[in-house]
Amino acid sequence: MIPVSFDYVRATSVADAVAALVAGGEDAKVLAGGQSLMPVLRLRMAAPTVVIDCSRVTEMQGITDAGDSVVIGAGTTHHEVMNNPLINEHTPLLAMATATVADPAIRHRGTLGGALAHADPAGDLPAVALALDAVMTVVGPQGSRDIPAAELFTDYFTTSMAEDEILVSIRVPKLGPGWGYHYEKFQRTAQGWAIVGVAAAVQRNNGTINQARVGLTNMGPGPVRASSVEQALTNAAATAESVAAAAQSATDGTRATSDLHAAADYREHLARVMTERAVAKAAGI
Amino acid sequence: MTDTLPDSLTTQSPMGRPLRRKEDARLLHGQTNWTDNIQLPGMLHMAILRSPMAHAHITHLDVTPALSEPHVVAAFSAKELGDLNGAVPCVWPVTDEMQAPAFPALAIDKVRHVGDCVAVVLATDRNAAFDALEAIEIDYEALPAVIDLEAALEPGATLVHDAADSPGTNECYTYHLPGTGIPYDEAKAKADVVVKRRFINQRLIPAFMEPRAVVASPMGVSNEMTVWSATQIPHILRVLLALVTGLPENSLRIIAPDVGGGFGGKLQIYREEILAVQIARHLGRPVKWTETRSENMVATHHGRGQVQDIEIAATKDGKLLGMKVNLLADMGAYLQIITPGTPLLGMFMYPGIYKMDAYDFNCVGVFTNKTPTDAYRGAGRPESTFAIERIMDELAAELNMDPMELRKKNWINHEDFPYATIAGLVYDTGNYEAATAKAIDMFDYAGLRAEQERRRASGDPVQLGIGISTFTEMCGLAPSRTLGALKYVAGGWEHCTIRMLPTGKVELITGTSPHGQGHETAWSQIAADILGIDVDDIEVVHSDTGRAPYGMDTYGSRSLAVGGQAIKKAAERLIEKARVIAAHQLECSIDDLEYAGGAFRVKGDAEKAQPLAAVAFEAFSAHNLPDGVEPTLQAESTVDPQDFSYPHGTHLAAVEVDTETGKTTLRTYVCVDDVGVQVNPMIVEGQVHGGLAQGIAQAMYEGVEYDEDGNLLTASLADYLVPSAADLPSFTTSTTETPSTTNPLGTKGVGEAGAIASTPAIINAIVDALRPMGVNDVEMPASPQRVWRTIQEAKAATA
Ligand SMILES: Cc1cc2nc3c(=O)[nH]c(=O)nc-3n(C[C@H](O)[C@H](O)[C@H](O)COP(=O)(O)OP(=O)(O)OC[C@H]3O[C@@H](n4cnc5c(N)ncnc54)[C@H](O)[C@@H]3O)c2cc1C
Repeated sequence: MIPVSFDYVRATSVADAVAALVAGGEDAKVLAGGQSLMPVLRLRMAAPTVVIDCSRVTEMQGITDAGDSVVIGAGTTHHEVMNNPLINEHTPLLAMATATVADPAIRHRGTLGGALAHADPAGDLPAVALALDAVMTVVGPQGSRDIPAAELFTDYFTTSMAEDEILVSIRVPKLGPGWGYHYEKFQRTAQGWAIVGVAAAVQRNNGTINQARVGLTNMGPGPVRASSVEQALTNAAATAESVAAAAQSATDGTRATSDLHAAADYREHLARVMTERAVAKAAGI
Repeated sequence: MTDTLPDSLTTQSPMGRPLRRKEDARLLHGQTNWTDNIQLPGMLHMAILRSPMAHAHITHLDVTPALSEPHVVAAFSAKELGDLNGAVPCVWPVTDEMQAPAFPALAIDKVRHVGDCVAVVLATDRNAAFDALEAIEIDYEALPAVIDLEAALEPGATLVHDAADSPGTNECYTYHLPGTGIPYDEAKAKADVVVKRRFINQRLIPAFMEPRAVVASPMGVSNEMTVWSATQIPHILRVLLALVTGLPENSLRIIAPDVGGGFGGKLQIYREEILAVQIARHLGRPVKWTETRSENMVATHHGRGQVQDIEIAATKDGKLLGMKVNLLADMGAYLQIITPGTPLLGMFMYPGIYKMDAYDFNCVGVFTNKTPTDAYRGAGRPESTFAIERIMDELAAELNMDPMELRKKNWINHEDFPYATIAGLVYDTGNYEAATAKAIDMFDYAGLRAEQERRRASGDPVQLGIGISTFTEMCGLAPSRTLGALKYVAGGWEHCTIRMLPTGKVELITGTSPHGQGHETAWSQIAADILGIDVDDIEVVHSDTGRAPYGMDTYGSRSLAVGGQAIKKAAERLIEKARVIAAHQLECSIDDLEYAGGAFRVKGDAEKAQPLAAVAFEAFSAHNLPDGVEPTLQAESTVDPQDFSYPHGTHLAAVEVDTETGKTTLRTYVCVDDVGVQVNPMIVEGQVHGGLAQGIAQAMYEGVEYDEDGNLLTASLADYLVPSAADLPSFTTSTTETPSTTNPLGTKGVGEAGAIASTPAIINAIVDALRPMGVNDVEMPASPQRVWRTIQEAKAATA
């Protein structure tokens, strides 16, 4: 289909973008890579009167080493994220998950900030942000504030950002030495959306798993932290058996839905299998 | 004179060579002419209001508010359109009793599927036309939707068509084809084993890359109505548009410019084409319509859609005795061009490559509140091939035989050809042994079976399965008398005119209408071989009824098998005419001349030669033609094929099934196809690859889903999963070459082979992987969820 007509504003700074957003009110929409927004407009599921393009705002670009964390501009494309040396060194789970997003053409346009702000329950990156305790820096008319990932995703396609706030950067803490990572994605076609995804980071010390972080994709209205699994893995033996046992509680706290590709019970089954596989791979088992 | 001929002309024939396609440079550089690229002065854009309901009364409809929207010039519902609201025709009334309900381009009072056309807006801007649709006032009163085929036939079922003169049933027709042998029940009485299965051959969406598009222009230099359409059938469309609209056929010119895929989905006369022509005529302005992908999913006809009850009877040592087929075929809401005939195109092919004593075929066409069905790559033959090749594996399992051994025991041996089948066809040639031996060898059948044993023994969560499909199909639609006997209203001939211009360039005018197949290259190769000229000196003219007036277009793997014959004959006739002129020029008798390498030569006198181009110039100047010979050098031929051709092949698939998740990974795919003589093996390979992708897609990925209210759930490409190259392995393809004897080129047809053969190979492989767990069928598409559930059910049943 064809979108309804709208005005287009190209923002040159965050302040500029916020001002345009305030002026536009609830009929304004921020445009980053457009890979989620354009389909929504095309299907007339949204009909903004003004679209504010932030893709050339330099403050929203760039990846910097901030000591205990890596700070990533919201406008950084998936392609840049997965190929960036800082990210691959300090927070490789993000690069691994990003590499499973769609296809190269989409990864050259879609952005990390757009993916998080869009909060698609099937998006791969919210679960990673949650598992890694990433912190979002957002700017609105009242200035800047930080939102931890655990407080960002409130519902399907909904975040705790106000309508006049813009996501400017994402701070991803470095986990330090001894961690292994894996993102396990279950999808129907090679470039498809996740039916279930599992982001796992595991700190292993010889035969023991010290601690683990596990985030689930598409197991509810937003990403889910698999806390029961994390608890079961704390100080657990680094064996296939203990990982399998821990993975059984992957569905605790989830609210799986049914769709064309997976009914809730099958999705729950997949969550357990994928959790087992993701943790085992992250732990090098 | 001979030394003036370039080397390439005298050395190698272009036939059988993998020449790069002439079309590709232009296509790859974006120098294409899609229908949607056409811009004409004063052109209006048409947008269509479609029903969001599967079945409903229209209780209120007012298009007038749309007229006050910006840029809007006109708006129509059925009421405003009146007599211009043409009816979409069906040209294949398969039985005299067939129910053929009215199918107006714009729905009258009632809508019958999601996507049914209700009203149109014409505006000077495409986006404005879309916006204005929202101003149209419309109210519906929902009716129950008819979705399930069996429920549709129950007494008291809601009727899709309930006009006063309707027969009061959702049954469209019943068709029975008895085999040529003994009655099936007699064969069955002798059987030790009878295997029955219900297969669901699901609906598919053709999903070609270029959406449909049409431009109708009444503003030519003459009083002609020119219609550009993204169609496979410009010639048939011309006849039908003339009949539907009442416009004189001789004032209609249909052009199919570059067409980006069709797969049968553009073998159609669509509502939108009729509307564009009628409204362009009414308003006296060009009208353009291009469908969006969302419209494509609901309004381009779907394919397949059959419930297949299959029964096969055999002796305990595996000799086939007979086969019985009962089909329910989903027509959808209306009959389009060959909707009712499509399932019947498969009825001759259920026995496949096997000998048996009895065959019985029944088909009931059923109306439902869904998008109409019609031809889709293979049209009827993929369904029949799926059924026979699947049930052969089930029979083998029942008999505890290797499925390949069972096939070998029953297939037609190469020395048996020509072979009259139980379904009433005569297969001219074939060599199933040779193709199979080659495929088995390339596949490492024994090695994979050994690996399968190992995985089974170790209880590997990832199981290996091997799937076989030894298929044949019928190509080259079609001998006109056969089509007549089947009540199809047209013939199946094909035409070619070859014209040599004074400068030595050649126009080859064909009635076939390519939309990705590479006809320009292959047809040039055939003609260049006979004319002894360079392939690049030939321009293939096609898909424009103004320049290529005669033809039956492209579908059913007919273009080479039928059209190729006309090319050959026309080229030979051109040489015969040229020979008379050359003999006159060289002052010899025509019998003294031989023709080779693009020149006539006097036998035994190498110095006396006349290149064809020189003859062409003489035919043009006409200064010195022999008595009775008319100027110009051209010849034509219209060929009605003597019979079908029967490509065949052996396809082998190895899949890995993750039994923990149900996910299938296709590991190896080997196929050996026998498509007879190959004009261009590279094009053959390309056709096989694309066909395989589509057939594998049916097995694993694609499937139309409706909910019980008739909403299309797979309404976007995010939900209707068309696989990409990233989902498929590297195919290993090869060929054997057993020439067809039903046409002088020995060709058969390859457009549909891959799509026909591969689907059962994949499902057989998945079932083979899981058979020890108690699985004996998996419904298509074999999605991970479906495979996982099948495993759970089998486990529960055997527990
Ligand atoms: C075919 C296809 C397949 C895909 N497959 C996957 C997949 O497998 N996994 C996956 O995770 N994703 C997938 N995506 C989505 C892709 O990752 C998108 O890039 C991402 O969801 C949105 O990023 P964007 O930069 O394109 O955002 P946009 O589309 O521009 O914006 C998305 C939404 O976020 C808002 N927004 C964007 N940036 C900001 C900001 N800085 N501040 C505030 N609000 C903002 C917009 O207003 C809009 O509402 C797919 C997309 C397509 C088209």
